[in-house]
Amino acid sequence: MASKAYPVATAATADWRDFLALTKPRVLSLVVFTGLCGLLAAPEAINPVLGFTAILCIALGAGAAGALNQWYEADLDAMMKRTADRPLPAGRMDRQTALHFGVGLGAFSVILMGLAVNLLSAAILAVSILFYVLVYTVWLKRRTPQNIVIGGAAGAFPALIGWAAATGRVEMLPVLLFALVFLWTPPHFWALALFINSDYARAGVPMLPAVAGQRATRIQIMLYTVPMAVAAVAPWAMGLTGAIYGIGASLLSGMFLLLALRVGFSRETEQAKMKPERHLFAFSILYLFMTFGLIVADKVLA
Amino acid sequence: MTPYTPEEQAEIRRRQKSRAVVTALILGALVILFYAISVAKML
Repeated sequence: MASKAYPVATAATADWRDFLALTKPRVLSLVVFTGLCGLLAAPEAINPVLGFTAILCIALGAGAAGALNQWYEADLDAMMKRTADRPLPAGRMDRQTALHFGVGLGAFSVILMGLAVNLLSAAILAVSILFYVLVYTVWLKRRTPQNIVIGGAAGAFPALIGWAAATGRVEMLPVLLFALVFLWTPPHFWALALFINSDYARAGVPMLPAVAGQRATRIQIMLYTVPMAVAAVAPWAMGLTGAIYGIGASLLSGMFLLLALRVGFSRETEQAKMKPERHLFAFSILYLFMTFGLIVADKVLA
Repeated sequence: MTPYTPEEQAEIRRRQKSRAVVTALILGALVILFYAISVAKML
């Protein structure tokens, strides 16, 4: 991936892998998975070709948002070790090319969704791209330590889009799935932020542990986990899913709560010794994949 | 005046070629996808 930088970066100096890197392909797995689960959990079946197109559009839309994020944050990425080798800060591509690529890909994904699937899913896709780029990246990320909370909303849209693609409607269950991802994001990221040394502070991004301290971050992790667990169990409590999901989600959420409490009451300040934080972060990924998998399993097996 | 050395120009050509190949493959895949969408919409 890391190819040579040139004195004058243009579209011509970029490899195709650099365009792929602009889309943040590693983030796409969660987006595609939750979108697919939203689509499969819907009560109405969608033609497989149109279903594939819907998931493709979700992935392309997320890729466009990632590209526009890198276009806007090239200065910031250059200051952080983790992101310094991205195509723009590394000098393999110019900013205008990234902007054109992001806008073009985003417009293509929304138009294709609108023409091939339905207008509602296209509209939500457009809102999710604009939300991530304008509200999160441009407006809030550098201004508030709650930035990750807002960013979570952008990651929560795919399940809603998948459901809307299959049904043409927005209903309570996908809204609860949206809430679940939205409330899951803060404890997930803050657990990670506690035990890794990020250079966000040096780049001027107010991440919670750096701004408010470890104690406040631990309390916030516990505070967000409670409504997250409620959102996870709510579909069962409201009669929208069966016992397979209900029991599974309750057990998983109970486990999440326990791990969050361990993090919350820990006084450890040395990052190398932060085992509960590592456990919570690792479990949070499993948690999201399993709860969404259970939603689909519940529908298929019930 | 190009700011690139002959070696760099050769590398840029190589990248252009790889981009062209990938673009062609994507366009081919889109042709198949649009055809499949058209059929699916008619069903």
